[in-house]
Amino acid sequence: MAEALLTVERVSKRFGGLLALDAASLAAPAGRITGLIGPNGAGKTTLFAIISGFLRPSDGSIRYGGDEVTGEAAHLLARRGIARTFQIVQPFAALSVRDNIAVGAHLRHRARKDALAAAERVASEVGLAELLDRPAASLTVAAAKRLELARALATGPKLLLLDEVLAGLNPAEIRDVVPAVRAIRDRGITIVMVEHVMQAVMTLAEHVYVLAEGRVIAEGAPSEITADPKVIEAYLGRGAAAKLGGGGHG
Amino acid sequence: MSRGLVRIAIVVAVLAAVPLVVTSNTVLNFLIVALLIALVGQGWNVLGGYGGQYSFGHAAFFGTGAYVTAVLQVRYGANAWAAFALAIAAGALVGAAIGYLTFRTGLKGSYFALVTLAFAEVLRIIASVAPITGAGVGTLVRLDLRPEVFQFQSRAAFYWVLLALVAASLLVVHAIAHTRFGARLVAVRENEDAAAALGVDAMRVKLGAMTVSAAITAAGGGFYVQYFLFVDAGIAYGPWISVEALLTAIIGGVGTVFGPLIGALVVKSLGEIAKVATGGAPGLDLVIYGAVLILVVRFAPHGIAGALANARAWFARRLGWRAALGDRAHG
Repeated sequence: MAEALLTVERVSKRFGGLLALDAASLAAPAGRITGLIGPNGAGKTTLFAIISGFLRPSDGSIRYGGDEVTGEAAHLLARRGIARTFQIVQPFAALSVRDNIAVGAHLRHRARKDALAAAERVASEVGLAELLDRPAASLTVAAAKRLELARALATGPKLLLLDEVLAGLNPAEIRDVVPAVRAIRDRGITIVMVEHVMQAVMTLAEHVYVLAEGRVIAEGAPSEITADPKVIEAYLGRGAAAKLGGGGHG
Repeated sequence: MSRGLVRIAIVVAVLAAVPLVVTSNTVLNFLIVALLIALVGQGWNVLGGYGGQYSFGHAAFFGTGAYVTAVLQVRYGANAWAAFALAIAAGALVGAAIGYLTFRTGLKGSYFALVTLAFAEVLRIIASVAPITGAGVGTLVRLDLRPEVFQFQSRAAFYWVLLALVAASLLVVHAIAHTRFGARLVAVRENEDAAAALGVDAMRVKLGAMTVSAAITAAGGGFYVQYFLFVDAGIAYGPWISVEALLTAIIGGVGTVFGPLIGALVVKSLGEIAKVATGGAPGLDLVIYGAVLILVVRFAPHGIAGALANARAWFARRLGWRAALGDRAHG
């Protein structure tokens, strides 16, 4: 396995009496796509929020590129090269698509002119070139998800955290985005993706972690994961694996 | 030169020509008050319009600018121009301090508005009892009509100095709208979390905006003192100026370069008309402000400047459509 760009070590997060994450660990090898799956409420988005600096972990540590970055503020992590998208899209609604992406591009380009040029390049990469002058508020779900991706890419990240960029898209739209994600990986950007759309994660990710009730219950290659009884039970309920395995009538 | 700069140059040139044509002191006095409000409104616009932080307490900066200008001259014998420059710096400092305290604690929306109002009120109460400000009596600046001490024989000269300040504020806002700082400020206004994820230090951006905003507003306060030669706690830190600042910006168009200028001219004109029409019934100008504010919020949420831009786009579309039809007819 390649050297890990991101290492999450025994991270826990407590919200009052709720333990959202319970000593979750994962490693994202440089230049690979790592998947993070799990049923609703498993703590995937919480883990993303902690990695990207929006939440502080109650316990545990995050290492990125050899540095300890636990609890560092989101904008500082972005400067280090960690970019994220939001599961619920967060566009700058009053701004055009171009200006939205330019905010991201400004992280590496001081001059307005350079940032706008970079925004155009990124937009054509993710298929938003024709929508550059549209207000972000007018975009469809699919286009808004692309905008999330474009803004994150414009920051020139080393590590890209994708939070359900495929959720809410129809199969044709998913078919368009999957190669775009792969192309990003091929440029050397390390990707960690949270995804509900199983098929997409299974085709994209080289290594998958399964999170359930705040704990990592399984990890491995996609093919191993889908056969793991613990994973099947996490999704379908206790006893489901045995019933399926026995070809039962449950 | 960009189109925005050309527009600023034209507007300033037209306004600069007014005293050459109009010699009526009443008209010049009216325009000076309107431009003063435009300047203060432009200050508010930097933070409220571009940064989305609606302050109800810009009196804190206006008053600081006014008092520093007056007190440095009267009590410490400072030169008026130097006092004016220091007043702007002091306003910026007060802006940074209030900004640091409010933004650090994450105050937003109506909470931010209330806390800024509270700061202004606290300053008003302190100024009304502190000996250095002249307490309840206020501070009078000695009449000395020489340009060296920022006082002029003719109203036209006052008008041109004020217009230069307004022009500078237009240029500052134009610059903000076309730089990385402005892009980040607007991003924070639209969505602070998304901005942070893109590497924007929201705290620093808001603090920067509040400092610039306060400096512009303090310049308004300093000018007020030089023009009226008197300041007391109610004038300096009273809610009237906070209300004028946000009203002109909102009515004119928040987050636009010309919004506060348009807003100030419209609001002040309506106020004058109301005074004439009602024979100067006290408080009626406020009723007019309220009515205009309701109409603008209801029918032109982006203010007069926004409505004008929409109208222009609508005409452009219609013209383009006509031209396209014409082309087809000819082709």
